[in-house]
Amino acid sequence: MEQNFVNMLIGNPWIAALVIVVLPLVFVVIYALIAILGELKIASFVQERLGPMRTGWKGTMQPVAEVVKLLQKEDITPDAADKPLFNLAPFLMFAAAFAGFAVIPFSPYFLPSGIELGLFYVFAISSLGIVGLVMGGWASNNKYSLLGAMRSAAQIVSYEIPAAMAILSVAALSGSLNLNVISDGQSGWFWNWYIFGGPGPWAKIFVIPFTLGLGLIYLISTLAETNRTPFDIPEGESEIVAGYHTEYSGMKFAMFFFAEYANMFIVAAILTLLFFGGWNSPFGDFLNYWWMQPVWFILKAFFWVFLSIWLRWTLPRLRVDQLMYLSWKVLLPWAFICFFAVGLFVMLK
Amino acid sequence: MGEKRKIELDYSQLDSDRMRLNVGPQHPSTHGVLRLEVELDGEIVTDVVPHVGYLHRCFEKHCEKMEYPMVTPYIDRLDYISSMNNEWPFVMGVEKMMGIKVSDKVEYLRVIVSELNRIANHQIAIATFGLDAGAFTPLLWLFRDREMILAILEKLSGGRLLYNYFRVGGMAADVYPTFKEDVLAAIKQARKTNPEILNLLLLNKIFVDRTANVGVLPADVGINYGCTGPMLRGSGVPYDLRKVEPYSIYDRFDFEVQVGKGEVGTVGDCWDRNIVRYREIEQSCNIIEQAINQMPMEGDIKEGFPKKVRPPKGEIYSKAENPKGELGFYIVSEGKNNPERVKCRSTSFVNLSVLPEISKGYMFADLIMILGSIDIVLGEVDR
Repeated sequence: MEQNFVNMLIGNPWIAALVIVVLPLVFVVIYALIAILGELKIASFVQERLGPMRTGWKGTMQPVAEVVKLLQKEDITPDAADKPLFNLAPFLMFAAAFAGFAVIPFSPYFLPSGIELGLFYVFAISSLGIVGLVMGGWASNNKYSLLGAMRSAAQIVSYEIPAAMAILSVAALSGSLNLNVISDGQSGWFWNWYIFGGPGPWAKIFVIPFTLGLGLIYLISTLAETNRTPFDIPEGESEIVAGYHTEYSGMKFAMFFFAEYANMFIVAAILTLLFFGGWNSPFGDFLNYWWMQPVWFILKAFFWVFLSIWLRWTLPRLRVDQLMYLSWKVLLPWAFICFFAVGLFVMLK
Repeated sequence: MGEKRKIELDYSQLDSDRMRLNVGPQHPSTHGVLRLEVELDGEIVTDVVPHVGYLHRCFEKHCEKMEYPMVTPYIDRLDYISSMNNEWPFVMGVEKMMGIKVSDKVEYLRVIVSELNRIANHQIAIATFGLDAGAFTPLLWLFRDREMILAILEKLSGGRLLYNYFRVGGMAADVYPTFKEDVLAAIKQARKTNPEILNLLLLNKIFVDRTANVGVLPADVGINYGCTGPMLRGSGVPYDLRKVEPYSIYDRFDFEVQVGKGEVGTVGDCWDRNIVRYREIEQSCNIIEQAINQMPMEGDIKEGFPKKVRPPKGEIYSKAENPKGELGFYIVSEGKNNPERVKCRSTSFVNLSVLPEISKGYMFADLIMILGSIDIVLGEVDR
């Protein structure tokens, strides 16, 4: 398999490397605008109202207007804040979110970095975002920010463990940590996806309940890791105003916002790659051309983004102790059981 | 979710720093300009001190300087979510002092507008409570329904929030031709949305986990603090002035007093207070339906107007069942055009006073839920 079509198109490796870096960045910006519009429009659909209608055709330009508005805002730094940390935090968070794109294969011919430990890397680098979050909360010198940062640190660390269990199971099934290889292992019809036990003989029906459970566990964990409802406790508006980004304004606030949306896409992409066939067409060879594969991938990832938006406008918010209860007493034991079952299946296969 | 709700810590064993946090007066969920001085141990509330007075407008002093008809607009601004209900006890008290008997049509119209406003108030209470729990959508759904009620009240009185509709001896304006159809449509819509709200919010697993067994108000504590309305009824005390001391024509209607039964947790928790409000919407719909069918459409609504509103020397305490509880006005008259003294027994203020009692030992997120379940309006707290 070719590592990257950009390398083939452009002879010079340095220019090619630059293009490879810029492509995901462009994608993130466009995706964030679409996701913000989706958030507004889905919310207004759920709530039986029109949503933004005045900017552009049916309000489609609203995200652009909001970004322009944020650019014009005064950039306030509180006097009592720790200025270097305060200024660094949003960019650290966005950098961590963006760095995850290095190992996301949009198609078999576009994998920015071909390292074999892709899955491990994306988990490690997305955990780095917490540092930015705690940094912002602490440096703001605001009690609400501090509470929010404390909550989110505890929350994200807790939910990484069940998520890691789910990931390890897929690694065991596929025998690789390279996301491109994992995707490749699920080619064919949708029953070859790892959510349905991966490709294999009929004996795999024994493992299907466990892989389904792992998919659900990973989905719940990703909601918690990206601070989305019902786990949006770090920015729980009704309690701690805006959590860790209470004191941020203007473009720094926008960076937090971008990071959140970029993170949403990263986890949706990982979920797609691990459990839902990655860039493969769900229907065998139907529309499984090289130019269609990125479309399938983005469609699948967007579905999970849509799901998290949908949940946000439907569910109330959990409390901190209930969140911990769910992680440590419900998800973690079940993740271990499923992991054990999947491991046994792989050994006996 | 868990069995242990109340987090108990032996503070003498722990040498932890407490954090004092000022919640408000500008905060998304203090429902106005309320300031709560909260002492936190981590996330656990160890002390709450509500500070009120940011919206104080000298209502009682103003009343002494004004003629009786000029007081009603100010009463609207107490509990601005249920203005119609506010005006009633004051007008009723002055009428009693002057010995005015209003016609049946006026009584029915008063019942209908008050119950409509009660529905609107409870819709806001449930909606904002959901918002405190992080659920946005019920807010928009309930506001959509409330709009129909506000449209009716606007057509009747001209105002959307502050109506100034009650008069001593009658009402400010007669009903408009399509009044009955509009009211029936609004009731139909409220009845249609209610089960949806039940499924979306009130029976939601997360919502039940958040509210059940939280902020339990035992009945005796509620009575000692003088709580009334859904706050007290949520604790299982069937105290409703419409039933226990029927004023106006409430004895003619068939309705039930709703009390909290502790279906999902302890009697008197946040969930109970809200389910009482939810069921009172249905009861109010029943009352309005009966009233609109019995209401005589003929007759002059202003025939009972006195020439001059000048009650004889004396004093009266007049009370009515507001959506939030018992609202009372103590009026002292010296036989002049303006009252000598008006004292308002405001529900929200009394209900708020129980907050420190029922919120200690819960988590900070619970404190916001408890405050939301009390359903205060700061205009009425500060007056």
